Amino acid sequence: MGKRIGMEIALAAAEAAALCRPDVIAAYPITPNTHIPEHLSDIVAEGRLDAEYICVESEHSAISACCGASGTGARTFTATSSQGLLFMQEVLPIVSSLRLPVVMVIGNRAVSGPINIWNDHSDIMYQRDTGWVSLFVANGQETVDMVIQAFKIGEHRDVMLPVNINIDGFQLTHVVEPIFMPDQEEVDRFLPTYKPFAQLHPDKPMTMGALGLPEIFNEAMRAKDEAILRSKKVVLDVWKEWEKQFGRKYEPIESYKTEGAETLLMTMGSMGETAEIAIDELRKDGFPVGLLKIKLWRPFPFEEFRKAVKGAKCLAVMDRAVSFGGPGGPVFAEIRSALYDEPKKPKMLNFIIGLGGRDVQVEDFIKMAKKTASTKKLKPEDAYEIYGARE
Amino acid sequence: MSEKKWPETWQEVNPGCMVFRPGSASEYHTGSWRAKRPIWDNAKCIKCGVCYIFCPEGCITEDADGFFAANFDYCKGCGICAHECWPKAIVMVNEED
Repeated sequence: MGKRIGMEIALAAAEAAALCRPDVIAAYPITPNTHIPEHLSDIVAEGRLDAEYICVESEHSAISACCGASGTGARTFTATSSQGLLFMQEVLPIVSSLRLPVVMVIGNRAVSGPINIWNDHSDIMYQRDTGWVSLFVANGQETVDMVIQAFKIGEHRDVMLPVNINIDGFQLTHVVEPIFMPDQEEVDRFLPTYKPFAQLHPDKPMTMGALGLPEIFNEAMRAKDEAILRSKKVVLDVWKEWEKQFGRKYEPIESYKTEGAETLLMTMGSMGETAEIAIDELRKDGFPVGLLKIKLWRPFPFEEFRKAVKGAKCLAVMDRAVSFGGPGGPVFAEIRSALYDEPKKPKMLNFIIGLGGRDVQVEDFIKMAKKTASTKKLKPEDAYEIYGARE
Repeated sequence: MSEKKWPETWQEVNPGCMVFRPGSASEYHTGSWRAKRPIWDNAKCIKCGVCYIFCPEGCITEDADGFFAANFDYCKGCGICAHECWPKAIVMVNEED
């Protein structure tokens, strides 16, 4: 076990990526990006990591360079945020369709406009359906752990998919936390050398990214969907292995004081930590409330989720993005759909919170929990609210 | 047994739709897309090779006498060769005619 040290989480993410010995790092290192690429370029420049660092001219090029490098069999890493992630969008489904295990850290930030670089989840929600395995972290330790896990998950032969690790912009990326940083020997033991399924090489010509006519496209999409569905087992196995070696446990849906809870709150990302404090206070007052935290967003862990909400009377889903003119926040829409066929399901409310860096405090979670528990009958127009919007 | 043109079922799709047989794209004859075909008038041709250079399909070849012709297995009939030809030695004619 390494030492526990205080570290800015973006720098810790870069250190964790470096411990995975990537061959190629391509990134566009200015705003809206975080310190991750900047610190990785330092690590390479200092000679601590033997990698090709490509300082590209845009995020579109960053992910394209990663895609090409991964095609040659290189272990590849990038990081971005917000508009940068949107600029990558054209290439994101190509990386997953080519089954290339690129790993990317997303420092989740709002999408403009108005111009805003602070934290919410609107950037990743636009990329939800690009076929990447998608993980959400709640703190700095989980960031380090999941960056290392991501390579193992993505590179597994039953997966061969890109993985993104979502860490809240500013709330996490720019914050200093005490973190156990594993040492090189430990990471090497956990993460074997990448053995690619196929490699682009002039000596053995092959094609990646060929034309897919209507006669094959359906089947290609079905195969891709199967791949990401099957990745769940690998995610769970990798997490078990991690727990065995490093002693920290990961679950697709993490529960906090859900024993006997009638009201459940559900969060994704760092706000779960604030919600925990609210749960503690409510429990002190005898209010039967618990918290669920989504760690695995894609593939969505339906089975684990249904099990986790069993017995609850009310469920409040916290979203960090808006689906304008839609049925509620993107997380809520999926949660409600996942429970549609359940004979006994909780009453569900949706709070869209913390948009563009708006602070959500312990008292806010207490208010939302109480409102959820006291709402008797829901009208269709009550399906979701943008919490805290001044009227 | 002749090889399948494409995978029958989704289970047969190679991961990432990778193709391990080089040059297999040449088996797909894009010539069937053609509505017009280029016809060379060798009396006007100055053998400059501009048609050969501009052909986006790379389907124009030079014969032993230095004249050019398109391979109609692949020529899509885009007409770029006719457009670029300085002495107007190439005309596009409708396929049905």
